[in-house]
Amino acid sequence: MKFIKKALVAAAFATAAVSASAQEQFIPLLSYRVGPYADGGSGFFGGVIDYLSLINASGGVNGVKLTWEECETEYNATRGVECYERLKKSHGGASMVEPLSTGIAYGLIDRVAQDKIPMTTLGYGRSDAADGRVFPYVFPLITSYWDQAAGMIKYLADKEGGFDKLKGKKIVHLYHDSAFGKEPFPVFEAYAKQLGFELIKLAVPHPGNEQQSQWLQIRQAKPDYVILWGWGVMNPTALKTAQRNGFPREKMLGVWWAGSEEHVIPAGDAAKGYSSMTFNTPGNYPLLDEIKKKVYAAGKGNMEDKSRIGSVYHMRGVTAGIMMVEAIRKAQDKYGKGKVMSGEQVRWGFENLNVDEARLKALGALGMMPTVKTSCLDHEGSGAVKVQRWDGKAWKAVTPNWVTGDRAMIRKMVEESAAKYAAEKKIAPRDCSKEG
Amino acid sequence: MQFFLEVLIGGLLSGIMYSLVALGFVLIYKASGVFNFAQGAMVYFAALTTVGLVDSGMSLWLAILLTMVAMVVLGLLTEKIVLRPLVAQHEITLFMATIGLTFFVEGLAQAIWGANVRALDLGIEDVPLEWLLESANIAVSQFDLIASGIAAALVILLAIFFSKTKIGRALRAVADDHQAALSIGIPLQHIWAIVWAVAGFVALVAGLLWGARNGVQFALTFVALKALPVLILGGFTSVPGAILGGLIIGASEKLAEVYIGPHVGGGIEGWFPYVLALLFLLVRPEGLFGEKIIRRI
Repeated sequence: MKFIKKALVAAAFATAAVSASAQEQFIPLLSYRVGPYADGGSGFFGGVIDYLSLINASGGVNGVKLTWEECETEYNATRGVECYERLKKSHGGASMVEPLSTGIAYGLIDRVAQDKIPMTTLGYGRSDAADGRVFPYVFPLITSYWDQAAGMIKYLADKEGGFDKLKGKKIVHLYHDSAFGKEPFPVFEAYAKQLGFELIKLAVPHPGNEQQSQWLQIRQAKPDYVILWGWGVMNPTALKTAQRNGFPREKMLGVWWAGSEEHVIPAGDAAKGYSSMTFNTPGNYPLLDEIKKKVYAAGKGNMEDKSRIGSVYHMRGVTAGIMMVEAIRKAQDKYGKGKVMSGEQVRWGFENLNVDEARLKALGALGMMPTVKTSCLDHEGSGAVKVQRWDGKAWKAVTPNWVTGDRAMIRKMVEESAAKYAAEKKIAPRDCSKEG
Repeated sequence: MQFFLEVLIGGLLSGIMYSLVALGFVLIYKASGVFNFAQGAMVYFAALTTVGLVDSGMSLWLAILLTMVAMVVLGLLTEKIVLRPLVAQHEITLFMATIGLTFFVEGLAQAIWGANVRALDLGIEDVPLEWLLESANIAVSQFDLIASGIAAALVILLAIFFSKTKIGRALRAVADDHQAALSIGIPLQHIWAIVWAVAGFVALVAGLLWGARNGVQFALTFVALKALPVLILGGFTSVPGAILGGLIIGASEKLAEVYIGPHVGGGIEGWFPYVLALLFLLVRPEGLFGEKIIRRI
């Protein structure tokens, strides 16, 4: 019976809801726990739910309990939009949405603005959505792809002894042949022009389970570094093929979607010495201990495999949960403590986040993530990243401090791109000086 | 020249890996005229079951043995529950049934073993052969060479099975005409059960090798996509055709990616084999070794 139940859950794209009432703050979760990206989805959404459960176990947000409902998207954009439409009016109305999928996020950009429901896209989606004047309901919180790409170049420059030392170097951008893989092109191209390194772009067709020809080209080009902008099976395949072609993994630097346990464990020894970007510092934190103590000990933990608590995806989910709850808390400060917030009110909360070190310390997450301060102009709020290295057993932080690239250059690119989008869509950008 | 050789050899070795998946399709099509859409799912199921058993503390060989049993049971159940009620139905009906089977097998695998990505270590190092690297500066993977040897052995075994054994001849008779085979006393259900079990075995070998190469994860189901142009080229009913088709596809996609790709933006090896197969279809629709269909009009 238990088996049949499990099979139904896996195969029937089930929805799981926590009992809700009109007095609870509702958060729809467009999750994916089956299909090709289930490992990432289960870890991330497991982390979100664990954090929300912790808040509920501690009495909610000023007494307001959080409620959520999952809808299985299988990372499919069409299904994601369907899930959003189905859940946006449930349980008294959605107060925010987090799809963890660039495809779904693109499908929802216009809808969330129309429905007045804020959408968070932590570390993915449109980089130019950081311009809150054009994208009032989208929040690419913490660090966008563009800032991450700038952070990568900064890290490589630091490794070489300064930006000027990158002159004459060869850097391969090995990317998933999709909008995701092409997103950092403008940043890398601008840096290549500015710093004088050679940028070699090599596309890997989806899904990326065969890369011999790309790696033979890399072997021939003899680059100084390979930036791996991969997703799913493309990542372990890249690491294995690099080993097969004798390319040192120490010279590879991955995007954060190529930097979780799920990408290095299947690659075995081939992953040793490989580094990737991250916006969480690997390690244990009082907050994770609290989750284990108050949520898992009470049998309410979401991760079936408890060894994944504190893994890269799980910690990223907890981080997303922190952002959600802090936005609700901030909104309550303005619109009334102990009240259920509307989507519009939570949007204001997201736009006025100030998660500083003192707040992170109070949450038990100091050092786990960078500080975040958002505004009407800046929906990203940080731009900081870290580099982590896989030692064969665990991720270890390489950079002790948070790394940021040329934020002024990135901001200029964000504003130009957002202005172009606004012109195409006939959006009148908000005047931030008038926002309260 | 050295680089060209390196690309060519790399392509041929990748091609053998595609052939391994294509073999499973050929087996079932040859014996039942069914294009088994679920072959990729069977590869995933087999690899996930093996690695799941290994992770639960079993030795690799025992896990492989038990997975083989599981694949045979899956084959027998498929024959009994899915195919038997559809005997003598149109081919498209059988094809649609295998699409349903795909989703079921994928869901079943994840329900039993979870959706986590896992590593599979077969004890074969995936590193370049040092002597070749030092003497000719050509990187050829030791793993790929061994995988090619396994694939070659499998092809020889299957070729003997089909041409020299009574069951093999019966399989071919069933493939030609279900009803005619039944009328001369060939037990159709029995034959189908055998062929699905053998296809399960081929899926297991493909799953182990691909799983060890890239990790055991849902994307293993996508390796089936690499087998389709191989089948078009080699013919749906020929075991040697699957191998030759794989070699041609593997070599041509790598050469195209390296020598044509940079001029058209790169990333062409995803679609290039399909274009090649399409062009080939225009000239020789039955494939290199496929049976030529002669119709009386």
